[in-house]
Amino acid sequence: MSLHLWIIPLLPLAGAAINGLLGKRFPKVLVNAIALGTTAAAFAYALWVAVQFLGLPADQVPHVERYATWMTAGTFSAEYGIYLDQLSLVMLLVVTSVGFLIHIYSVGYMEHEGGYYRYFAYLNIFMFFMLTLVLANNYLLMFVGWEGVGLASYLLIGFWFLKDSAANAGKKAFITNRVGDFGFLIALFLLIKHFGTLQYDSVFKAVTAYPVEASAGLLTAIGLLMMMGASGKSAQIPLYVWLPDAMEGPTPVSALIHAATMVTAGVYMVARSNPVFNRAPLALTAVAVIGTLTAIFAASIGILQTDIKKVLAYSTVSQLGYMFLGCGVAAYGAGIFHLMTHAFFKALLFLSAGAIIHGLGGEQDMRHMGGLRQYMPKTFWCMTIATFTIAGFPPLAAFFSKDEILWKTWASGNHALWLIGIIAAAMTSFYMFRLWFMTFFGEYRGAEAEDAHHGHDTHDSHSGPHESPMIMIVPLMILAVLSFVGGWVGIPAALGGSDRFDHFLEPVFHSTAEAAPGTETAALPSEGHAGHDDTSTELLFMGISVGAAAIGFLGAWFLYYKRTDLPARMAKSAGSLYALVLDKYRIDELYGAAVIRPIVLASTNILWKGIDATLIDGAVNESAAGAQDVSDGLRHMQSGSIRSYAGWVAFGAAIVIAFMVWKGVR
Amino acid sequence: MVPLSYYLVLSAILFACGVAGFLIKRNIITIFMSIELMLNAVNLTFVAFAAELRALSGHVFVFFVMVVAAAEAAVGLAIIISVFRTRETLNVDRVNLLKL
Repeated sequence: MSLHLWIIPLLPLAGAAINGLLGKRFPKVLVNAIALGTTAAAFAYALWVAVQFLGLPADQVPHVERYATWMTAGTFSAEYGIYLDQLSLVMLLVVTSVGFLIHIYSVGYMEHEGGYYRYFAYLNIFMFFMLTLVLANNYLLMFVGWEGVGLASYLLIGFWFLKDSAANAGKKAFITNRVGDFGFLIALFLLIKHFGTLQYDSVFKAVTAYPVEASAGLLTAIGLLMMMGASGKSAQIPLYVWLPDAMEGPTPVSALIHAATMVTAGVYMVARSNPVFNRAPLALTAVAVIGTLTAIFAASIGILQTDIKKVLAYSTVSQLGYMFLGCGVAAYGAGIFHLMTHAFFKALLFLSAGAIIHGLGGEQDMRHMGGLRQYMPKTFWCMTIATFTIAGFPPLAAFFSKDEILWKTWASGNHALWLIGIIAAAMTSFYMFRLWFMTFFGEYRGAEAEDAHHGHDTHDSHSGPHESPMIMIVPLMILAVLSFVGGWVGIPAALGGSDRFDHFLEPVFHSTAEAAPGTETAALPSEGHAGHDDTSTELLFMGISVGAAAIGFLGAWFLYYKRTDLPARMAKSAGSLYALVLDKYRIDELYGAAVIRPIVLASTNILWKGIDATLIDGAVNESAAGAQDVSDGLRHMQSGSIRSYAGWVAFGAAIVIAFMVWKGVR
Repeated sequence: MVPLSYYLVLSAILFACGVAGFLIKRNIITIFMSIELMLNAVNLTFVAFAAELRALSGHVFVFFVMVVAAAEAAVGLAIIISVFRTRETLNVDRVNLLKL
């Protein structure tokens, strides 16, 4: 039975084509109708597909649809096809639902902006590529989506392209991603070389024949290169630097692309490639370590940021780190679970931040906010739910997902990683409540800064903080509900739940492992016996998680609500350390000096001035100059005097005769 | 019997004289005569070969050349007279209106 899944990605593509090609002449209502209509249709169709999928008998999962051969080269061929299993179904629903909500929100947020049709065309094309990415049935098609979302991200970060910083941020995102994509491509080349195919089912089948690699080998190399690609797309150390700058884009874009969906593509790719990673423990460890380091590193930067979107950006980087930590301890289900809840609560955070920025006429600096609770109560309540969710308070969504990751980390024996993770969780709670207190409590500090500020998103003429229109608030409320209850699908057994989400995803992550008996290493916990052995331990760890969140809350409450004079004094006493963290550890400067400057210098002096200007241009210019010189000499033959022509004729004849005589003599 | 090569050498000398005269002289009548000289040097070659090879076509060709030369002389002299009337000179270097 065919579900005609191709319709889902093609709907937003059609919307993008219509709006992008013709939208300039359309009234806003029509642009809205096309953009939202196609996205809503895609979401509705995805829901129908989900119902159909759940009705499929177990032997028809994964549900693969093949439409046409895309390309053939020798024995290698790739096709247009769709691979629907539990993992891609979750991604499909997350992308279409969050995407649709953000489309609605954008109608309100972008109302006064120029390039309205362009914005929605880009947003739709992003939906198309993201759906291609998650639905593809081979790595090559996935790579098309992978690059396509990068393109959409570039276009939307640089949406206000007249602003230098936005244009530069777009370029930075695109180029940083190239570095990661290079690794991903090499991984694909290795797959083609050794398995001759990029189809998921054939690759995974071929990989199961391999034993677990005790030391570095082929699969480890593939895994590490894939992780390189994932760390570019999902903003992990060392390639995370583009994501904070990406906040130059419109806020709904930050919510959709740079928080909820695109940046999680790396996590999806790692989870999708779990047969490879399961046989390459070294690569898996690298994933876990990178994820943990990113989680705490980004969290520590987030503590001191004052731009509300930058705080959320670093928080995104940090949460992505958690997802990689989950995947890295082979708890892919936990990683994807956190991906889903994160999509809800981070989209909510960004959209609430957008509502605040909108309501303040473009102000993004938290030092100029404060006391907004009374001006925008609806936004306040949505933001409160989001903040408590991300901090990890039960029974909100992220409590279950984050705690599952941390518990699986401990259960897999990586105690050091767990410790770092729990510290990062406390930091997360701290900086989120710092944001919450600075924004909504205390006195409104925006009035005196009003004259000085130069708005980020230049909105309508602004008169004091105000609540956003309903078209922006409704998506917030829906997301708030999702952030609240989204975690309940995965209540762990220790709390009387049944871990339904994990069991739902289990076929994706375990069917391939079971196909090769004895490959499950002791280091990888299998969900079956990790749970009921030590329920009490798990409960204890949950307590620790909640404790960490509470510490963060109390710290933020003390410093940013009770004693607001303290942070400045502490900053003064911390001195250079404070400055270092405030400058984001000067990583951008480090990259600038260590990587970018040498490349720029080498490009300037060798490639540009040496090869291009001297060698290539030189060759062209010299041959032109040479031709000019020669013709300058030859020009004098064309004297116009008949007798000199006759002389040349005679001269030529003499040479011919001399040559023939010489030939004859010889 | 005079050997063929004698005729050919004489013909070559005459031709070279014609060429030299054509290139060096400025007087348009002298140039005209140099051309005639070259034509006749070629004629000499034709008849020399014709006699040597006992072939009639060489002789016939010479007659053709003579006819053409006569016609050329008639036209050429007419042109020269006409040039002299308008330009008052026979120096070819000063008859250069067509030169840019």
